[in-house]
Amino acid sequence: MRETLGVAWRDLVLPAKVPDLEVPTSIAAMGACARFSLRLPSAQARAVDQAGGFALSGGVNSAITSGGSISARLGPDEWLLIGPEEQGDALSQAIEVDLDGRFFSLVDVSHRNAAIAVAGREARAVLNAGIALDLDDAAFPPGSATRTLLGKAEIVLIRPGAECVYWVECWRSFAAYVHGFLMEAAREFGPHR
Amino acid sequence: MLLVNCPYCGARPEIEFRCGGEAHIARPVQPSALDDEAWAEHLYFRTNPKGTHAERWLHVHGCGRWFNALRDTVSDAFTASYTMGEQRPDAGKEGE
Ligand SMILES: [Zn+2]
Repeated sequence: MRETLGVAWRDLVLPAKVPDLEVPTSIAAMGACARFSLRLPSAQARAVDQAGGFALSGGVNSAITSGGSISARLGPDEWLLIGPEEQGDALSQAIEVDLDGRFFSLVDVSHRNAAIAVAGREARAVLNAGIALDLDDAAFPPGSATRTLLGKAEIVLIRPGAECVYWVECWRSFAAYVHGFLMEAAREFGPHR
Repeated sequence: MLLVNCPYCGARPEIEFRCGGEAHIARPVQPSALDDEAWAEHLYFRTNPKGTHAERWLHVHGCGRWFNALRDTVSDAFTASYTMGEQRPDAGKEGE
């Protein structure tokens, strides 16, 4: 049971930008989000299907997007739920209501992560400078999400939709390294914003 | 790069994994009832085969799950991955 409610204020680790899809690569730090780490046995997830509006029905390593929210299933019993920052408290309460009586853990990790959007037609090549996964459409189609490594940092890579926009979620203290790594990899593809 | 097959995620790069040593070693139910030799046997002695070896692996930078895998210690080829609690797929043929 959460005893204190209210959004703690914390500055963004990187200044937020809007991704530019017109250039070969655009690397843009995203604004603040509400994030939750949900652990729930897979059998329980099948029984509830959704919690607080986040779909729990996707397979392992899938991401289901609805409105401004992303439900990324990182393992058989683990989800990273991302929603609009201002709805943080409402979302956590709604999730707790929907999972009432079940065995679960819900941790607010809004400030643990920073998100960087990598967009543009060369986005895959930029990401593959540090990610060993196959990011081809066949292997990592829209609606995919997974934890993996980028260079030396652990990240969560999410591809919410069909366009070439990838979300890189990393821990806040890794954000400067991850952002610098991506910017350096993108230099190969000429000027970018 | 060596690909390791995670039972939950499929084939993934080896850098996402950590090896946890030999699999299927059951901790004695009553350690205090063992003599030193039997306890040392449990703690320190492993089969170290040349050939197929059952190992615990952790997909630490992926789904975060432990699983078991059969790996050939000569060729480094993984021949099977299976979830914790499942029986070794080549049971009865250990050490071949
Ligand atoms: Zn896995």
